Amino acid sequence: MSYTIAEKILLAHTDPACRQAGKKTIRPGEFIEVKVDLALGNDITAPLAISEFKKAGFKTVFDRKRIVLVPDHFAPAKDLKSANNCKMLADFAKEQKIENYFEVGCMGIEHALLPEKGLVLPGDLVIGADSHTCTYGALGSYSTGVGSTDLARAFIDGRFWLKVPGSLKFVYKGKLKKWVGGKDLILYTIGKIGVDGALYKAMEFCGPVIKKLSMDDRFSMSNMAIEAGARAGIIAPDEITFGYIRQTPSSKFLTPNRKSKLKKLQSDSDAQYEKIYEWDISDLEPQVACPHLPSNVKPVSALKDVKIDQIVIGSCTNGRLSDLRNAAKILKGKKIKSGLKLIVIPATQKIYLECVKEGLAEIFVKAGGIFSTPTCGPCLGGHVGILAEGEVALATTNRNFIGRMGSPKSFVYLSNPAVAAASAITGRITHPGELS
Amino acid sequence: MIIKGKVHKLGNDINTDDIISAKYLVSTDAKELGRHCLESIMPDFVNKVAPGDIIVAGKNFGCGSSREHAPLAIKGCGISAVIAPSFAAIFFRNAINIGLPFIEMEGVDKINDGDILEVDLASGRISNLTQRTTYQTQVFPEFLQGIVEEGGLINYVKHKKGLSPQTLTGQPPSKL
Repeated sequence: MSYTIAEKILLAHTDPACRQAGKKTIRPGEFIEVKVDLALGNDITAPLAISEFKKAGFKTVFDRKRIVLVPDHFAPAKDLKSANNCKMLADFAKEQKIENYFEVGCMGIEHALLPEKGLVLPGDLVIGADSHTCTYGALGSYSTGVGSTDLARAFIDGRFWLKVPGSLKFVYKGKLKKWVGGKDLILYTIGKIGVDGALYKAMEFCGPVIKKLSMDDRFSMSNMAIEAGARAGIIAPDEITFGYIRQTPSSKFLTPNRKSKLKKLQSDSDAQYEKIYEWDISDLEPQVACPHLPSNVKPVSALKDVKIDQIVIGSCTNGRLSDLRNAAKILKGKKIKSGLKLIVIPATQKIYLECVKEGLAEIFVKAGGIFSTPTCGPCLGGHVGILAEGEVALATTNRNFIGRMGSPKSFVYLSNPAVAAASAITGRITHPGELS
Repeated sequence: MIIKGKVHKLGNDINTDDIISAKYLVSTDAKELGRHCLESIMPDFVNKVAPGDIIVAGKNFGCGSSREHAPLAIKGCGISAVIAPSFAAIFFRNAINIGLPFIEMEGVDKINDGDILEVDLASGRISNLTQRTTYQTQVFPEFLQGIVEEGGLINYVKHKKGLSPQTLTGQPPSKL
């Protein structure tokens, strides 16, 4: 049998009980049970999972080392109810001796934090009660968003049911222009195939452009696979992946033996895809998703007249160090448009500290922006920048549904960090090249 | 299981932010969540729903976030089933896992807002009592029926053979 990378990872994690019963192959469309390497929950989804786990009478989690809890959505607690939910995570972590619980001060936005801590490696199978868990596909893992009951079940026996997804291959050719990156590639892709263009599929990103793409840009791409309806958005591991892992606490696991095994974690040349998309992106300019769907994508030059009230630079899509460096490059020595609000949120404490050391924080503050502690915050209309009726935001986040960032009568546009920074200066949607 | 109720029609790509806005995610109570179901896009929706009513929506229902609060809110406001041509993957599994009945059906355009439907989940047969017609849909695969018949995923796991006794300590209540 020949397999795609998604199928290879799923086959390797198929429940041993299924294997003993003679299950040695898998095919798209089949239901299987798999063992998970890691199960993640946050302050919105984990409280429900913890209640269900307890209500069903279970006392001990299957493996305290394979569970990660991160209060990041409404943390630092935005109100009393959020505080109670965050405390529920802290109490459960203490009770179950879960090491990978990250309290405010250590925490970050989960999908930036887990890779940074070296908790996800190529070939892993990760479930997370958060739809953007697909982010770790950038590391060559099969990682997917699930619900709270799925998480409760993983607490119990470390297992997960799924229907094996068919795979779609996306090949990007050509050379990226200046100010164009992973966010633009994924917005372009979603614009082409639609918000259900990869419904229940595993997306696989490859080609010469991906081979040269940095890890931060790869994370942005895999992060938004869910916005096309996909279960996973995978990039096969290569030297760029290994280079990233060497910077994490998991570098010790990257022995020569393991590395040579992981190098083989590629789709077979005769693997079956339901569809192959091939695009030359040499002419691609920065992309912007317009209200109210991530698929409503236009090139930045078509939106010059859109006036903006608030800019948000951050989130699990674009709150990483290179994102903030790109934004700072544009904002250095400049002032934002009078009356506009600029909110910059580094995704983790490590990134926050680096921004302070490198002087990026100073650039943002001097430009007239705020520089916040890590949180998902405004991305989902939680806190730190809710939109009023009629307000328009340009954000480096991942969703622009009606009311996503506050009032149902507000508007959200999505872009890369450089476009967001340039637009903060002019007060309208702006190509960064326009300023130089 | 037979479900009978009045139809509330919705469009394509109804997302989980539409179903339940993030500001209500501090609660996990289905009744409380149900009071705000679809509030952002249809402020009147919950006032129009009678217990047992049915949502008939367009493609990709429940896209967006993983919040299980979305199917809980739908259940909590009294909706008994959702019918759509396709469901987003996480919503699909959340609905199975918490026992919110749903049916995949092409050609939902034939069904009008306000129609009375009778849905037989076991056979996948939908009777439109208003239009005096029936539609045949696919029934769930055996594996998913197993989870639904056990009353949700947690019961399914508890009753499945081979569950490690070390994890199951203490006496679980008979039903969730």
